[in-house]
Amino acid sequence: MTALLARWAECVFWLARYVERVENLARILEVQETFARDSRGRHDWGMVLAINADTGRFLARGTPPTAESVLRFYVIDRDNPTSIWSALHAARENARALRPLISTEMWIQLNVFHNRIAALGPADVVEERVARLCAMIKEGCDTHAGITAGTFYRDEAACFYQLGAAIECADQTTRLLDAKLLGMPQGGDGDPGGAADAAYWTALLRSAAGYQAFRRRHPRGMVAEQVAAFLISDPCFPRSVACNIGIVAEQLERLRRHYGLRQAAAALERVEAIEDTLEVRKVRALMATGGMHRFNDHLQASLIDLTRLLGRSFFGHPPSGADAA
Amino acid sequence: MAEERPDGAFRGYDPRGWFCEMFGHDGEGLAHTRPVRERLDRLGLEALRQRARDAEIELYDQGITFTVYSDRNAIDRILPFDVIPRVIGPSDWDLIERGVIQRVRALNLFLADVYGPQRTLAEGVVPAELVLSNANFRPAMRGMLPPAGTWIHVDGTDLVRGADGRFRVLEDNARTPSGVSYVVENRHLIQRSFSDVMRDLPIRPVSDYGRRLHEALCEVAPPGVLDPKVVLLSPGVFNSAYFEHVFLAREMGVPLVEGRDLLVEDDRVWMRTVAGPVAVDVVYRRIDDDFLDPTCFRPDSLLGVPGIVEAWRRGRVTLANAVGTGVCDDKAVYAYLPRLIRFLLAEEPILDNVETWICREPQALAHTLDHLSEMVVKPVGASGGYGICIGPRASRAELEACRAALLADPANYIAQPMVALSVSPTLTEAGLEPRHVDLRPYAVTGKSTWVLPGGLTRVALQKGSLVVNSSQGGGSKDTWVLAEEVA
Repeated sequence: MTALLARWAECVFWLARYVERVENLARILEVQETFARDSRGRHDWGMVLAINADTGRFLARGTPPTAESVLRFYVIDRDNPTSIWSALHAARENARALRPLISTEMWIQLNVFHNRIAALGPADVVEERVARLCAMIKEGCDTHAGITAGTFYRDEAACFYQLGAAIECADQTTRLLDAKLLGMPQGGDGDPGGAADAAYWTALLRSAAGYQAFRRRHPRGMVAEQVAAFLISDPCFPRSVACNIGIVAEQLERLRRHYGLRQAAAALERVEAIEDTLEVRKVRALMATGGMHRFNDHLQASLIDLTRLLGRSFFGHPPSGADAA
Repeated sequence: MAEERPDGAFRGYDPRGWFCEMFGHDGEGLAHTRPVRERLDRLGLEALRQRARDAEIELYDQGITFTVYSDRNAIDRILPFDVIPRVIGPSDWDLIERGVIQRVRALNLFLADVYGPQRTLAEGVVPAELVLSNANFRPAMRGMLPPAGTWIHVDGTDLVRGADGRFRVLEDNARTPSGVSYVVENRHLIQRSFSDVMRDLPIRPVSDYGRRLHEALCEVAPPGVLDPKVVLLSPGVFNSAYFEHVFLAREMGVPLVEGRDLLVEDDRVWMRTVAGPVAVDVVYRRIDDDFLDPTCFRPDSLLGVPGIVEAWRRGRVTLANAVGTGVCDDKAVYAYLPRLIRFLLAEEPILDNVETWICREPQALAHTLDHLSEMVVKPVGASGGYGICIGPRASRAELEACRAALLADPANYIAQPMVALSVSPTLTEAGLEPRHVDLRPYAVTGKSTWVLPGGLTRVALQKGSLVVNSSQGGGSKDTWVLAEEVA
C-alpha cells in the first residue's frame, strides 16, 4: 500500500513537465538560430512564437519579433510564463517542495542550474551566443535527466515523474509539428515539397533531436507524410507521440498493478483510446487529407484531459463540475 | 600566547580581556583546544580564507538557505558560517548535558502541574497570575496527560558564558526551537573542508539527530500503536525555516506535510495520499500554537489543520511539542526556574540562570533601581524583545523613562546584569578576531531525554556586537564536543 502524498505526486509530475519544457524550448531556439532561414537567409523568429502559441501575446507588447526580442522573451523574461526562466523557476520551486523526496543530487543540480539561468542578463542573450547558451541549457536538462535516472528512488513517485515527462514531451512534439503545418502557407515559398520545404522539415527534425533517427528509418527523402508519421507514430523515436504515450500506459499500468492504485484504470482507458489514433496508416491519411492540424489539436486536448483526470484520480483535485466550489 | 609562528593564523589575535573559547581567561590557551589551535595556526590565514569561500559556495549550491520572498523573486540567503570551530571540553559538556536534562525534566513537570493540579501556583512557587494571565497559557489543555508525561519533545536552551567562564542559561525555547539543521550541516561542511584539522580528534558525532528524534517521537505515539506513522508538519516553502523542515523530514525519513495535506475525521488525523487517506499517529509540528488549528486558535489560519487539537486531546494523535508549552519558556517564568527545580525535583540547579531580579519583588526592584545604568531591564509581557533597556548603553533620558516604567508596573519587568559574553576567534577581513558567541544545545525527549553533543554556536559577526541573532548579522560555527581530554 502506497503512502505517497498526493501533493508530492503532483509536484513531481510537474517538476518533470517543466524541465521537459525547458529542454524543448532550448532546442527550438537553437535550431531556429542555426538552421531555420527563409530563402533570403533571414531568420523567421515569428515561427518560434507560433510553435508556442505566443504570437498574440508577444505582439501585444508592441515589440517586433527580432532575434534579440524573441530570445529575451523566451530565455530571461520573468514576466513571460513561457520563458525558460519561468519554467525552470517552476521546476525548482516544485523541487524545493519535494526536497525530502528527491535525491540531494537532483536538488543541488536544479538549484545550481536555476541560479545560473537567473544570473543571465540581456547581454548574455544575444544572437551570436545563442548556440552556446542553448547547449548549456540542454546540458543542464540532460544532466537532470541523468541524475534522476541514476539517483531517484524508483517507487510510485518515479511513475509520476515519468508520466509528467512523457505527457509534456508528447505535447511538445504535436506543437512542433503543428507550427510547421501552420507555417507552410506563409512560411515556405509556395513550393510544397521543394527545397525550402525540405529545409524546414529538416530543421524541425533537428529541433526534436530526430534528424539522425529519421535517417535511420528513412535513409532518403524528406516527405511531409513521412516526417509527420515519424514524429507521431514511430515506436522507437524517444520524442515521438507514440513512444511517449507508450510510456504513459506503462507507468499507469505499474501504478495500477504494482501499487494497487485502481484509479489508474480510467486513465488507462483514455490512453488506449489515444494510442488507437496513432497508427501510421491513419496519420498518413490525415496528412494527405489536410486533417493533421485538427488531429494535433485533438491530441493536445486529449493530453489536457488526461492531466485533469490524473489530478482528480491521484492529486486530490475535486471531481469535475465541483471546481468552482 | 603560546604560538609564535610569524605566519601563523593566530598571530596578533587578542581576546581583549573577554573570556575566549580558544584561549581562556588569560590568553594562555585552554588545554583541550591545543591541537585545534596549533593546526589552524599552521594552516595560515590564506588557506582559511580559501576554505571559507569554498564553504560558502557549497552552502549556496546546496540550498542550505533561508529564503526571503519579495514580489516575484525568491532570494536565497545563507546563514553566514564561520569556519573556525568552537571546541567544548568533556567536563564542560558533562555539566551542560546534565544541566539541560535537569531543566527539561523540570519544565515538563511544571507543565504537567500547570495543566494539572497547579500545586506550584497554589504554594506560591510561581505567582499564579503570571501563569494564568499569560497569553501562552491554554486553559483548554487542563487535564491533558500526554504520553510519557512529555510536553516538550524538542527543547533548545540558550546558554551564555560570562567573564568567569561559567555557562549560564539565558533563555529556554520550549515551543518550536529551530537551528538544529545548521548544527549537522555545519559539521558536514567542516568534515569536507577541514578533515586535516579534525584528524584523530575525539569529536562527538552529531549526524544521528534525525534517527534519535524519530525514535523519541515513536516512543510517545498514542498507546497501542505498534508501528507509528510520524509526519513533520511545516507551514510550507515560504517559511524561512523551510530548509530545516526538509532536513529533518529527510533525516527522519518521514513525510513533510503541510496543513492542506492533513485532515481530521473520527478524531483521527489522516494524510492525503495518492491512495486516499492514511492514518497519522505522531505530528512533529513546526507551526506555532496560534496557527495550528483554526477551530481552536486563530480562526483565520490557513496553515493549520481543523480539528487536530481535539484529536490530540482525545489521545488519538501525539503533537510534538505539545500545545501550551509556551507558558514555560516565557521570560517571567524563566526567572522562577531555579525555584521550580528545587520545588519539583528537590535538586539544586546544575546550570544557573543569568542572575535575574524579579522586579515584582520589592528588594529586587530596589536593587534594580539602584543599579539601573548597569542592568538590562526586560519586560516580561507576551511581546518579548520589545522595550528592552540596556543600562550601560542607554542615554540619561532612556534610563529615566525606564525608571518611570519600572515604578509604574514593577511586575512587568525582570532585570539582569549585562552579561560579558565569551568570544571565539572568528575569520574576518582583518584576520582572526574575537567575536561574541552563545550556545544552543538541543534536547530530544521521548521517554527519556537525550542531548545532541554539539549544539548551535551563534556568533555576532559585527565587531563589538553582542547580538547573535541571524536577523541582526549573526552567523554560526561548528561546535566540537570532545569525548575525552586531549593530551
